[in-house]
Amino acid sequence: MPEPLLTLAGVHTHIGQYHILQGVDLAVPRGELTMLLGRNGAGKTTALRTILGLWKASSGSIRFDQAEIAARETPDIASMGIAYVPETMGIFAGLSVKDNLVLAARESALDEARLENVFRFFPALRKFWFLPAGLLSGGQKQMLSISRAMIEPRKLVLIDEPTKGLAPAIINNLIEALKELKQTDTTILMVEQNFHAARSLGDGVAVMDSGRIVHTGRMADLAADEALQTRLLGLSLDVHQ
Amino acid sequence: MRAIDTLLSGDLPRSRLLALALGAILFALALAPFLFPGTRSLDVAAKVCIFIVLVASYDLLLGYTGIVSFAHTMFFGIGGYGIAIAMTRLDAGWSALAIGTAGALAVSLVLSLLVGLFSLRVKAIFFAMVTLAVASFFAILASQLSDLTGGEDGLTFKVPEFLRPGFRLLDEPVLGVVFGGKLITYYLVFTSALALFLGLLRAVNSPFGRVLLAIRENEFRAEALGYRTVVYRTLANCLSALVATLAGVLYALWLRYTGPNTTLDFAIMIDILLMVVIGGMGTMYGSILGTTLFIVAQNYLQDLMKMASGATRGIPLLPDLLHPDRWLLWLGVLFVVCVYYFPLGIVGRLRHGGARKG
Repeated sequence: MPEPLLTLAGVHTHIGQYHILQGVDLAVPRGELTMLLGRNGAGKTTALRTILGLWKASSGSIRFDQAEIAARETPDIASMGIAYVPETMGIFAGLSVKDNLVLAARESALDEARLENVFRFFPALRKFWFLPAGLLSGGQKQMLSISRAMIEPRKLVLIDEPTKGLAPAIINNLIEALKELKQTDTTILMVEQNFHAARSLGDGVAVMDSGRIVHTGRMADLAADEALQTRLLGLSLDVHQ
Repeated sequence: MRAIDTLLSGDLPRSRLLALALGAILFALALAPFLFPGTRSLDVAAKVCIFIVLVASYDLLLGYTGIVSFAHTMFFGIGGYGIAIAMTRLDAGWSALAIGTAGALAVSLVLSLLVGLFSLRVKAIFFAMVTLAVASFFAILASQLSDLTGGEDGLTFKVPEFLRPGFRLLDEPVLGVVFGGKLITYYLVFTSALALFLGLLRAVNSPFGRVLLAIRENEFRAEALGYRTVVYRTLANCLSALVATLAGVLYALWLRYTGPNTTLDFAIMIDILLMVVIGGMGTMYGSILGTTLFIVAQNYLQDLMKMASGATRGIPLLPDLLHPDRWLLWLGVLFVVCVYYFPLGIVGRLRHGGARKG
């Protein structure tokens, strides 16, 4: 197994009086796509937000690219090469599609080759280039959100349920785009409930329950073992499509 | 067309009606001494030029960054007092003007930096309260330090000879206009205001401006992209304060006077807010339309009402309603109508209408 790019050790996160992450231990191998699965309320989104510093870990260690980042501020962590695609799409609705992508590219100008690649998967973005992003459909907003992670080279991309609420045709587009992203040696940690997407994309898998990692392994092994799925997730992944 | 695009930093009016209105205002201001001869109309034109800059600099804060500040008139006042103190204490020449302006800019920079760094981390409402307190403190300080500031009376000062009303560039009037110090001062104000406005337009259309808009939309999302929002908000606060200071310098230079009532009064802060909202927040061009409409109404509504009151004599109630003494009531009605029918401001409405048609 490749060496981990990201390692969480004994991470606890409190949100107000609630103790959400209760000692998360997780290693995300470099260059792989790791699926983070679990029932609703298991702490998956909180884990992603804690890695990015949007929630501060109350204790434990988060190491990224051999640097301790648990105490760092969000902009510092993002500047180290981590992109975040939140469940709520996280676009700037009042800004144009172009401005959303330019912002994601930060200091540098848009890379033409990467932009063409984005347009190849999501042609709608070219069509609505100057339109305020808030006027896009739900699927197009998600495309824009994913594109922001693709427009600049990143070491790690955190993606939270990218296929949620999307039509099957758009999901297939997203899967192809994420496969392309994988080819660039980008490490991805992704929360996903759609089994088809999870099986198509996942290399490794980690399952969360009650704020802890209760299983780690290969995605293909979990996909092939219905009994394990039922034990870990409460029901077979086939039902999650 | 390409030159205009460059000059406007790619931010074209995007509405034919808006472009016409902006062109008409620019034309009227550029030729104001020739089109509207007379002291009062030139005073109004100069005030429009200066307040366009002041309102645009406030729009950078409110419209582009989402920061509500009540300290904007404080920075306006610092500019005015900066040159007034320098001109009264030193020889009334260009060097005193430069020293006063530089000193005012330095004070504004330090104050805006301090206010920004200490209070931009807190929630918007607390920042607004902090700026209100700082501005009130400064206004009291200006009126108490009467030896330095002239107290409630303010400071009247001499300007460089070239800008004095008595100075004559040409002996004979041209097209009925005296080419003297007043005209030179007007064009100094006009060109400075134009340059400052174009500079602000460049700033909001730069990558820096784009980040400010992102912060206004959602601060956490901007941080998740790697932008240090406190740094950007503080920079916006400083830039806005510096431009407001320069507007204060221009206003004092035009009036050859500065005092609490012309720069630090809280009523001016309310006027600025109204001009931004009426013109359209986050548009820059809104500051031109909002300011022009507001200041022209402020100065000429009474005259218009006097005429209307005379014309409707004999009709019951109407002449009383249109009596010039009730001009503030009608100004209020005008604002309510503007806000009701143009929730995005005049520019927002014009651009939105243009987009639908296009």
